[in-house]
Amino acid sequence: MLTESMNDKKISLTLIDAIVFKHNVQPGAVIPVLQEIQEEYGYIPPVTIQRIAHHLGIFASDIYGIVTFYSQFRLQPPGKNLIKVCHGTACHLGGAERLTEAISQHIGTTEGKTSKDGQFTLGRVACLGCCSLAPCVTVNGEIHGRLNPESIGKVVNKLKEEKTANVE
Amino acid sequence: MMHNDDKSWVIKVGLASCGIAAGGNRVFGVFKSKLESKSIRAELKSTGCIGMCYREVLVEVCSQHGSTFYGQVTPERVERIIDQHIIGGNPVDEWAVPQDEINSFMSRQKRIVLRNCGIINPESIDDYLDSSGYMALHKVLGKTPIEVIDEVTRSGLRGRGGAGFTTGVKWLTTRKAKGSPKYVICNADEGDPGAFMDRSVLESDPHSVLEGMLIAGYAIGATEGIVYVRAEYPLAIQRLEKALEQARERKYIGNDILGCDFDFNISIRQGAGAFVCGEETALIMSIEGKRGMPRLRPPFPSQSGLWGRPTNINNVETYANVPWIVLNGAETYAAYGTAKSKGTKVFALAGSIARGGLIEVPMGISIREIVTDIGGGTAGGTDFKAVQLGGPSGGVIPASMADIPVDYESISQTGAIVGSGGMIVMDGNACMVDVAKFFLNFTQDESCGKCTFCRIGTRRMLEILEKITGGKGTEDDISTLEELAGEIKKSSLCGLGQTAPNPVLTTIKYFRDEYMEHITNKKCPAKKCQALITYIIDGAKCPGCGLCIRYCPVNAISGNKKEAHSIDPDICIRCGLCNSICRKGAVIAV
Repeated sequence: MLTESMNDKKISLTLIDAIVFKHNVQPGAVIPVLQEIQEEYGYIPPVTIQRIAHHLGIFASDIYGIVTFYSQFRLQPPGKNLIKVCHGTACHLGGAERLTEAISQHIGTTEGKTSKDGQFTLGRVACLGCCSLAPCVTVNGEIHGRLNPESIGKVVNKLKEEKTANVE
Repeated sequence: MMHNDDKSWVIKVGLASCGIAAGGNRVFGVFKSKLESKSIRAELKSTGCIGMCYREVLVEVCSQHGSTFYGQVTPERVERIIDQHIIGGNPVDEWAVPQDEINSFMSRQKRIVLRNCGIINPESIDDYLDSSGYMALHKVLGKTPIEVIDEVTRSGLRGRGGAGFTTGVKWLTTRKAKGSPKYVICNADEGDPGAFMDRSVLESDPHSVLEGMLIAGYAIGATEGIVYVRAEYPLAIQRLEKALEQARERKYIGNDILGCDFDFNISIRQGAGAFVCGEETALIMSIEGKRGMPRLRPPFPSQSGLWGRPTNINNVETYANVPWIVLNGAETYAAYGTAKSKGTKVFALAGSIARGGLIEVPMGISIREIVTDIGGGTAGGTDFKAVQLGGPSGGVIPASMADIPVDYESISQTGAIVGSGGMIVMDGNACMVDVAKFFLNFTQDESCGKCTFCRIGTRRMLEILEKITGGKGTEDDISTLEELAGEIKKSSLCGLGQTAPNPVLTTIKYFRDEYMEHITNKKCPAKKCQALITYIIDGAKCPGCGLCIRYCPVNAISGNKKEAHSIDPDICIRCGLCNSICRKGAVIAV
């Protein structure tokens, strides 16, 4: 899950080392290692790729190949709130594109991008498997179902209010 | 306090992902606090997916007098349910799911895989044990591995992941293969959009899958099991981890299981968001820490799989069947279904359907029976147009053919596949060209890139479909699509490429008129394709509320308050937001 301070977190190579050693320095463990790093920082900081490659005795380019192959991995830090719109079949038929358009309106950025204030990243997910409640989105890992352009607005506004409250 | 002193009240809240997405956790929380504050000694239980997803949040209130299902429960409704039903003894009929609705949803079903779903608490091994859990493992350890394989073979169980290979035969091949250690993998990388069978089983009854894997491990002589599960299913992973921990504690997993000379360990690996990893050789690559790219078969994983060792791969549903088969006998299982497709199949029923959810039916039931009898027809009673079966590898079957039985052979003859079990119902609002484009967009995006025809061919097909839906289609486009489809099917290494053209081919086969309407008349009959429609505002219906003006991303709508608005077609980008947002239905596509 994302936390408020994730974006600002300093990269600790000691922590990276600990994660690699936890997985017994096995080349086969590269995906779980990357998953743990992303869990920690919200993305895969490029500097960590070199470090993992060094430990596991594989090329950095191989790791880069893995990171870019699997859609879960990000090379850019996400915004404080990560919204992913489900584009499964039922959600597509139920208006996932319109929902994406509406969210873009509310948060002021388009799919695959982060809003200028760093508050929101808008992404997509192939299918959440919540097809009976289509269309769905996840907001910071939490699934919201049976949405329409108006109700997603309420969800987003609540996040905006939380931000304001935090500032105060 | 009247009825509640006997502590015979059990309140079950359905808390699989669907229930939680609909607000189940809040409902559970309110029940908990209200029961406490009112000092009512009822057992409050979280359970998995009951199957009636269209009624989420679902709460079952059980007493010795029977049980009542409450649908669409909100936190606000909890207090009255407690006061009137549990304290007063009178169910709140107006919020209860009517018995005849439950009957029509349930009576055609046979729940084998879903036997415990929505009934037991998935986070309690004791609940599972009370439902004959791990009894099949006990039974199996008293038999020889060959006897176990024979039982599974005789049941006729075929792989429920989509390919439909006979499970017992696969087990026997892996058992006979030379090499050790041997591995058992559970493919829980349920990537088909529109499918949620495996997620529901893992979230609702994880031990049944573990028990199935243990039995497979014993039968083939393996010592290690791995569940490869999608990272998009965090709750399934969490419940699986908990189940593993409990099973280890109680010595169902580990060394010398149940005092027998049988060691078996199970670990979890998370997928990282690649659809192609549902293909078994790609899945193995991913576990080995590589890009998930399929390789040529043979050798099959049963001969040379993970780390080059014999590996048995089945999916979640297949394993969940196994304990039931062992306990009830191969013949009992084989009594369900058809001559070549035995047993039951779980389907995720979604799309335009009145009662969408998770269902399990005997093989051989017709599509129409599923849609009409179980699903209650389309949502809002619109015209039933088609069903999409098998996700991106499957196809679209028109309503006119809905009487065909659901079994591997009959469905394959239509050009679709039974697949893993996603069944999306469509009405007149679905454009078949758009549906084909949707799936192709998915497969070309998920193609690993290894085979040229899959990598570039799907891209070319997508471009043609974009051209057609963009109003620039020409008559030879359909034959080009068919030609490319044939080449991609012939020249791709794995199932992804071999089946990727299916959604396009089936829609052309059954809905050619709709393609022609796009190409010749530049019209989209379903009013879906943006380039072929125009949005207008019906002045008689428009109250002039200004909502659409606020939502329009390009300021194409104008009009004074309380006066009918209008859309400038030259500015409008046809995103359809105004159409979705208008409460009066005044924005129409023409």
